[in-house]
Amino acid sequence: MKKENLQVLSLVILTLCTFACSKDNNTANNTVSSDTSAQATAILQGPDAFADISDNKQRAKSLFLEMAKVIQHPRCVNCHAAGNRPLQGDQQQPHQPPVFRNNSGMGHPGMLCITCHSATNVQISSTHSIPGHTPWIMPPENQAWENVPISNICEQLKDPERNGNKSIEAVVHHFTEDGLVGWAWNPGAGRSPPPGNQAILGALAQAWMDAGAHCP
Amino acid sequence: MAVTLTINGESKTVNAEDDTPLLWVLRDELNLTGTKYGCGIAQCGACTVHVNNLPRRSCVTPIKSIEGMQITTIEGLDGPVAEAVQAAWQKIDVPQCGFCQTGQVMSAVGLLNSIRKPDDADIDNGMTGNICRCATYVRIRNAIHDAAGILEKQK
Ligand code: FES
Ligand code: FES
Repeated sequence: MKKENLQVLSLVILTLCTFACSKDNNTANNTVSSDTSAQATAILQGPDAFADISDNKQRAKSLFLEMAKVIQHPRCVNCHAAGNRPLQGDQQQPHQPPVFRNNSGMGHPGMLCITCHSATNVQISSTHSIPGHTPWIMPPENQAWENVPISNICEQLKDPERNGNKSIEAVVHHFTEDGLVGWAWNPGAGRSPPPGNQAILGALAQAWMDAGAHCP
Repeated sequence: MAVTLTINGESKTVNAEDDTPLLWVLRDELNLTGTKYGCGIAQCGACTVHVNNLPRRSCVTPIKSIEGMQITTIEGLDGPVAEAVQAAWQKIDVPQCGFCQTGQVMSAVGLLNSIRKPDDADIDNGMTGNICRCATYVRIRNAIHDAAGILEKQK
């Protein structure tokens, strides 16, 4: 190899090494910070963690903010979407193939939700699955949570005109018992579950209601 | 494992795992090859059949989940809506290569079963999951309007 070529080669190697090293450092830093924030959101604390807040209003607000870790998770927001089309996956992309809520919340004739979604998850590969539950349904547009501040979601949940004419007890029941809510913790390959489990979410919702259902 | 399915009005028992996709059984076990395999992941619509008269993607439908239900494939499709769609498809000469057309027809019949006089938006929203690589979409839309017209005249 000619001398000039060797110089070019060593320069390339040096550049690549510098890039690789700096990349490693960045990756390490990113890993540390994202791990920390992941830990904070990965844990869903039960109502006991808020028991020492003596003021009911403050306790209710804190309880609801804990519930927000689930409520604002893609497993919930993807169907509580703002538009007429659900979102999909942890990246919250528009649903593919395109499918629309329609008045029923169950898709458009010819292209219903159940055209693809069965009663249970259908695994396609280790990283992909078609989620399933009966019913598989989108809530009405006035129950959208996508890009809605958590305080507004809380007010919406308490407003019979925007919560399907439900009592606060029925709203709590949705969190506690609804099978489609429970599906979030069994979402199938390729989707992450929200933190905690439905029992903790239900206990938080119950404690929030018992403390007066105040909103943050 | 034996699973009994009702396909085109006939009871069929197949030896297959409970989670076998219906499409595999139709094509490989029962030789009903009118239903096509396009993607296998509910993205193209080529595999559409009817389950209890509603369109269903057979590639992601485990056979056990539809035991006891009425499954209709393109081979068994009949009745006034199916005949109107067939006539319109022939008149307008919809297919190009034809590969997607089974799914298109099954979805079109499913749409017309629910909405007898669909407008363009109904057609777009109801047929959005059926991809045509030959881009016959304009002819499909015209044919669905035409089929709706045929059905209206029969009233
Ligand atoms: S083969 Fe079933 S949707 Fe493509
Ligand atoms: S006619 Fe060729 S893919 Fe549709």
